[in-house]
Amino acid sequence: MEMLHSIFVGPFVEMAAYPDFFLQVVWEGFVAGVLYSLIALGFVLIYKASGVFNFAQGIMVVFAALALVSLHEMGVPAWLSVILALGIMGVLAIGVERLMLRKLVNQHDAILLMATIGLTLILKGTGQLIFGGEPKPMITEQLGLPTGSTDWEVFGGIVIFQHIDIAAAVVAMVMVLALGVFFSKTRIGRALRAVADDHQAALSVGISLNQIWAIVWFASGIVALVTGIMWGARSEVSFALEIIALKALAVLILGGFTSIPGAIVGGLVIGIGEKVFEVYWGALFGSGVEAWFAYVLALIFLLFRPQGLFGERIIERV
Amino acid sequence: MLYREAGQFKTSYAADQALLPILQDRVGLLLIMVVAFVLIPWLASDFFIGSIMIPFLVFTLAAVGLNILTGYAGQLSLGTGAFMGVGAYACYKLTTYFPDINIILLVLFSGVFSAAVGVVFGLPSLRIKGLYLAITTLAAQFFLEWCFIRIGWLYNHNDSGAIEVPQRMLFDIVITGASATPTVRYLVIAVLVAVMTLVAANVLRGRIGRSWMMIRDMDIAAELMGIRPLRAKLSAFAFSSYYCGVAGALMVFFWIGSAEAEAFDINHSLLVLFMVIIGGMGSLLGCFLGAAFIWVLPIAIKIIPGLLGLDVMAATTEHLANIIIGILIIFFLIVEPHGLARLWQIAKEKLRTWPFPYANS
Repeated sequence: MEMLHSIFVGPFVEMAAYPDFFLQVVWEGFVAGVLYSLIALGFVLIYKASGVFNFAQGIMVVFAALALVSLHEMGVPAWLSVILALGIMGVLAIGVERLMLRKLVNQHDAILLMATIGLTLILKGTGQLIFGGEPKPMITEQLGLPTGSTDWEVFGGIVIFQHIDIAAAVVAMVMVLALGVFFSKTRIGRALRAVADDHQAALSVGISLNQIWAIVWFASGIVALVTGIMWGARSEVSFALEIIALKALAVLILGGFTSIPGAIVGGLVIGIGEKVFEVYWGALFGSGVEAWFAYVLALIFLLFRPQGLFGERIIERV
Repeated sequence: MLYREAGQFKTSYAADQALLPILQDRVGLLLIMVVAFVLIPWLASDFFIGSIMIPFLVFTLAAVGLNILTGYAGQLSLGTGAFMGVGAYACYKLTTYFPDINIILLVLFSGVFSAAVGVVFGLPSLRIKGLYLAITTLAAQFFLEWCFIRIGWLYNHNDSGAIEVPQRMLFDIVITGASATPTVRYLVIAVLVAVMTLVAANVLRGRIGRSWMMIRDMDIAAELMGIRPLRAKLSAFAFSSYYCGVAGALMVFFWIGSAEAEAFDINHSLLVLFMVIIGGMGSLLGCFLGAAFIWVLPIAIKIIPGLLGLDVMAATTEHLANIIIGILIIFFLIVEPHGLARLWQIAKEKLRTWPFPYANS
């Protein structure tokens, strides 16, 4: 009875009693969710255009952010290092397309996934070799990102908003809008959508698949860099993100593998869900539930709606 | 002429069904056995046995487990490390409850717990396939890892949070614990791995193994031909997790001696996956080759600069090993998706026709 009370009643009573605290928890979850969404967005871009499930997205975030910070440490001005880091991601995109995707075309999904796991190892090794493995602070101020926080008095309490978190949410929103415009209005964007719909048909109307793949990898490289900057500004840039990035896989299950809005909504649901669950129900399980909440939610979701919230394709069933 | 079947006639059903029908194979296996059970324990140094051979065999067993699931039954798994952890913790609990029962029996039995957990996480595989399944095994990985940390009962609520291996005897010889010599531990593992590989080889060529391969190749056709997907998939999960569980128990009890939850993290799962990919999916030989390759390569990379008189930091060699393994994975996927085992197969085919490569074999 006490158990049931602490599951079904207690947490809600607590939420109602301290709404300011609840709001704070939701906000923290929201910000974490934005980051998950951004990582998932990189996955979706590549998956849509080439059917490759990019395990390396997480390490690409770390790699991009580390490249940026290290370039700045070497004395390159902040904004120039952003451009150079973008250049590095561009080179990476072309390299991946030339050396990996082109040779693995038409292979089974699992083979492509494993190839990106190989890519993960290469990026991890190279990143640690060149930039060092120790965590580094993000160059937040040099990039002109806001610091500090705002207190908002509400419900008889105070909710604290870190400015960098607000900036992250805004940047994420701008980026999603920009991607939306890019996909629907530009020539390359339309070509990308054509490729996503049907490789063969796209080829037959003269769209170069190789070029498109390089472009999407570059696009997800840009997303990775932005994610890296935002996430680095919240904590610091380190290889620990690699594990957190795996949560994006759960986000994809929730949102659907091919849906950009799905990645955003899925990320927010998981971000907010896991924070709220951790704070209000975590004690029941002995805390640390954030580590698996996303995956178990995805697991349950898979059993009922395998194509995800916004997924377009019914996946193969047996 | 070195390796040919001509002239080796089978005169009974038993001979026809033999595991190694060709004389040269049998001689080769005998030589390997002599090396493994006589020469290595006799001649090799403690470092070689303790840091190379023991981990190699443990990883081989884990790779056999994963290969059964991924290579033979076609169910991608990223949760190997966690299933190994289940075996290790189960064995630890069993040995605290039943201190008098022989440790080897407990190791073998602890795999049963792992198999049960594997079946539970394998249930979604009935509805979903491929990459989606990878997520459910990932859920297993993180959920179980959390259990190993948070459930104090699993490590008897000790302060360190680690499971430590007590001393156990077999025929009055210390085989586990701090005072067991590497050679003894190596021999125990080698016997277990040899026996379990033999069992796996026979299961895989039997009815159950064939049903796994049918499910892997085309599940709908398999179902039409009377294979029950439910039974085939869950048995693959159970079998695979059993092997992983025993490998995990061996890892803690006969190799590292004590372990925390971090020993079974996602990197560990990926490491075993690399072994399976590089060794060759759907090949038992590949498990041995892959495990040897992935385990020995970083050690070799660490040793070589020293031999050449270069001074390279330990961290650097680790990163280099990462890069090289990553490149090799992609290289193998492009050039030889069937891994090292396929290279050996090609060599055998060449040897069949040697020295007349144009002859029909």
